[in-house]
Order: sequence, then C-alpha cells, then structure tokens
Amino acid sequence: MTTDLLKVEDLSFSYHNLSGETAALSHLSFSVKKGEFLAIVGPSGCGKSTILSLLAGLLTPEEGGITFYGKNGRKPGIGYMLQRDQLFEWRSIWKNVTLGLEIQHKLTPENKKKVEKMLEDYGLSDFAKKRPSELSGGMRQRAALIRTLALEPEILLLDEPFSALDYQTRLTVSADIARIIRSAEKTAILITHDLSEAISLSDRILVLSGRPAHVKAQVSIRLTLPDDSPLAARKAPEYTDYFNHLWEELSDEQ
Amino acid sequence: MSNEKTSETQLEYMQKHRRHHRLIRRARLALLLCFLILWEFCADYGIIDSFFFSSPSRVADCFVSMVRDRSLFLHIGVTLTETVVSFLLVTLLSLLAATLLWYSKKLSEILEPYLVVLNSLPKSALAPLLIVWLGTGIPTIIVAGISVAVFGAVISLYTGFLQVDAEKLLLIDTLGGRKRDRFFKVVLPACVPILLSNMKVNVGLALVGVIIGEFLAARRGLGYLIIYGSQVFQLNMLITSILILCAIAMILYQIIQGIEHWYRKKR
Ligand SMILES: Nc1ncnc2c1ncn2[C@@H]1O[C@H](COP(=O)(O)OP(=O)(O)OP(=O)(O)O)[C@@H](O)[C@H]1O
Ligand SMILES: [Mg+2]
Repeated sequence: MTTDLLKVEDLSFSYHNLSGETAALSHLSFSVKKGEFLAIVGPSGCGKSTILSLLAGLLTPEEGGITFYGKNGRKPGIGYMLQRDQLFEWRSIWKNVTLGLEIQHKLTPENKKKVEKMLEDYGLSDFAKKRPSELSGGMRQRAALIRTLALEPEILLLDEPFSALDYQTRLTVSADIARIIRSAEKTAILITHDLSEAISLSDRILVLSGRPAHVKAQVSIRLTLPDDSPLAARKAPEYTDYFNHLWEELSDEQ
Repeated sequence: MSNEKTSETQLEYMQKHRRHHRLIRRARLALLLCFLILWEFCADYGIIDSFFFSSPSRVADCFVSMVRDRSLFLHIGVTLTETVVSFLLVTLLSLLAATLLWYSKKLSEILEPYLVVLNSLPKSALAPLLIVWLGTGIPTIIVAGISVAVFGAVISLYTGFLQVDAEKLLLIDTLGGRKRDRFFKVVLPACVPILLSNMKVNVGLALVGVIIGEFLAARRGLGYLIIYGSQVFQLNMLITSILILCAIAMILYQIIQGIEHWYRKKR
C-alpha cells in the first residue's frame, strides 16, 4: 500500500484574461499514495481549487505534469466533490445521486443496486423520492458523496465540502464521510481552511504558500485516538503540537 | 405543522389569510360593478353620448344579436386560432433560437446587435410590408403575431440560459458530461420557470400582433370587427369586440398561469 497513485511534478498554471495574467501555481510538486488521505491547506486564493481542477482534467497544465499510476497503466477514475452540494432541485434525490451514471450511460441494474445499497448504508433510503430541499445540510452532503461514489472513482477530490455546514453538523458529517471514504479504500485529496479538520481527517497535510502556490511544508499525521467519536482526534495528545506547527507555517504566509 | 393537529394560531393565521383573499375578490368585483353601473347611468341620463360611448345594456344587446347570428363565434374563433398558433410558434422558435445561441457563443456575439435592433423596432411598421409579401390572409396575421413577440422572447430566454449557476455546469463536467449534458441536464430544467413566465408575456404580445395584423389584412376576426365598427360608426360592435378581447387576453393568461402552478406543485 505504499505505491504512488499519482505524482505532480513541477506543475505551473496561470489564468489569462484581458486585464492580465494570474499565476496560480508555480513549480508545484507532490505525490499521493494509494489509499492515502491527503489534506491541502493554504492561504485563501492561493490556488487550491486550481490544483483539483488540473487533477480532474478540467484544466490542462501549462508546464510540468501529472502522472497517474492506475491499474494496468490506466488512468484511475476521479470523483470530484464541490464545495456546495449542487443537488438539483428539479430532480429527486434518487435522480440526483444517479446523475453521473445517467450522463455516462451506466444506469445498469447492478449499478442501481449499488447506489440503493449506499443510500441504505448512509441512512438516505427513505429520502430517495424526496427533493433536495427536504433534506438537512448533512444529508445533502452525504447525497452528494453518493453521487460521486456511484461512478466508483479511485481518487476522490474534495474541495472544502463541509464549509457550507454549521459547526456541529460539520464535525459529525466530516467524520462520517472520512470513515466512508476510508472503508471504501479510496484515495482522497481534501482541501480545507480548517486546520483541526485537516489534522483529524488526514494522513498527511500539504501546506501551500501564498499565490502562486508551491509546497511549503508537508506534515505526516499520527494520532493516538482515545475513542472513535468525531471529537477524538481533537483530544489526541499530539493534536496541539500539530496544530501549532501548521499554524506557524501558515501565519508566515499571511 | 410539526404536530398532527393544526394549532390554534395556525388556524387563526389561515383564517386571516382566507379573509384577506375574500376581501380582495369582493373589492375587485365591486369595482367592476361600480364601473358598469356608472357607465350605464351616465349613458341613460345623457351625461355621455351613448352613440359614441355605448353602454353596458347596448353592449349586451349587441353581444346577444351577434351570438344569435353566429358571426361572433366565427370572429372569436379566427382571432383565437391565429393567436394560439403564433404563440406556439413563438415559443418553439424562441426555444430553438436561444438554444442555438447558447451552443455557439460566437454566433450569439455576431447576432447580438441585430437582435437588439429587431427587438426595439415597432413591429406595426412591419405589417404593411408583410401584406405586400404574403398577401392578406391568415398566414400574414400569424407572422405579424410572431414578429411582435419572438425577438424579445429569444433575448430573455437566452439571458436566462446564461444566468444558470456556473458551478452547476462545473458539476456536469466533473461527472464527465459534455456540452449536450450541460444543456439538457442543467440549463433547460433550470430555465423552465423562466420559460413559463416568458410564455405569459408572449401570449399577450402574440395577441397584440394578431390584432395589428387583422386591422390591416383581414376580413374576419376581432381586429377586423373593431376596424369595421369604427368605419361604419357601429360603436356598440367596436366596444363589444374590445371587451371580448379583454376576456380572451385574460383567459389565455390564466391558462398559462395554471400550467405554471401545476408545474410548481409537481416539483
Ligand atoms: N477563471 C479564472 N480566471 C482568472 N483568475 C482566476 C480564475 N479562477 C481563479 N482565479 C485566480 O487564481 C487564483 C487561485 O484560484 P483558486 O480558486 O485555485 O484559489 P483557492 O486557493 O481555491 O481559493 P479559495 O481559498 O478562495 O477557495 C485566485 O487568486 C483567483 O483569483
Ligand atoms: Mg477554492
């Protein structure tokens, strides 16, 4: 389980518009191992979302490259979870979670079964016929996760997926979703503004510099957990040291 | 509404709501009655000249006699058919055109100034031209109806298409969708409310266009009756036609509003 699944090397990217050029990433390098949960933190506007868009293939790198080491040399499937759930109000929850399958013409009976199973596992099967507005924020986020997982991606990209939730929901939902991702043995890259979230959910944290972003520090996280509640990580003895260390790295930037 | 039984305050609120609506309905009716009574009174006592201004009872007489000789149904039928056909064509054409503009940003940029000019042109100016080109008859009138509504419809629908949340479109990309998926899974369903409210405007405009057309190029229809009535000083007939036009406009609007309500409930 220590093989690299993807490697980003010397990646640079700029946005262009008439008022000028915005360098978003400059010579960024990092790698992610199979099954790893990587968190990325950095000052706002430093280019975090840009990294995910490049990984997902929505943008093409200007310089440097991204290499994937999928099964049989194929590119691994990538699932992207956006900041807001973007469930469509004109579709039922069922129609929302199967949207990806519908678009890729993969609505086979087996795939439908899998989605039904996920809805059941994540406590949403009673809500399959409901509209998104009838669900709580946490449920909506889980529905969005199911929509992403339905396409069975190997890598999950999460762009601040919990930031729209209130604090309490956020603690439970983020712990919930991290557990789901781990038990499904997915590789995940999580962008967050919240240092304690990064420490409690991830195996490793990448600290980015201000724009244009490059990797400033990498911190591997090992916590001795007292129990398995959502707050457990925050009670771990190592937690404070990690937090202070990351805080210092980030404050240098601002 | 959390517990099974509706609470007292909720009941009170509902009652207040219903009372309010009853009041509004009654006031509307009262306003209409007052107007009719005043009109009749002024005509009967010679305060206004009933030859020029007619009166509710004369209008009623005229209506009844036109119903008797069946001519009214013919005229209403013609106007209604023309209006409905041009409305349906406007809806279809504007949907197609807005879709095309959405698909090709280049095309929409090229066509933009032309659309703006055509939209702000007073369409009645086109009617005489249409007669020369297409002759007098139902096709001319339908085209007149279309010409009044279609450009504005295209512009407002296309503007609606552009206002769709960019992140929703991004979601389609993250799920591996193409431009077609962006359109059919996001843009079109997101714009159904805009499409429906557009239709309410279009049906009114189509009626305007049809009446303009009938003024100039028809032997049948309410627009023709109005012009004919003014030429032979049959003011009763003219005013009856105008009132029927009011009723038609209202009914068409209500039908689309009904569809809108149905759609909102269905969601
Ligand atoms: N489409 C675009 N055109 C021009 N500039 C852009 C575009 N998208 C992003 N940028 C700029 O590039 C920089 C990096 O953007 P990005 O969204 O990747 O940052 P981020 O770290 O995700 O920010 P945040 O913390 O606010 O989510 C920002 O300064 C932003 O203003
Ligand atoms: Mg971002």
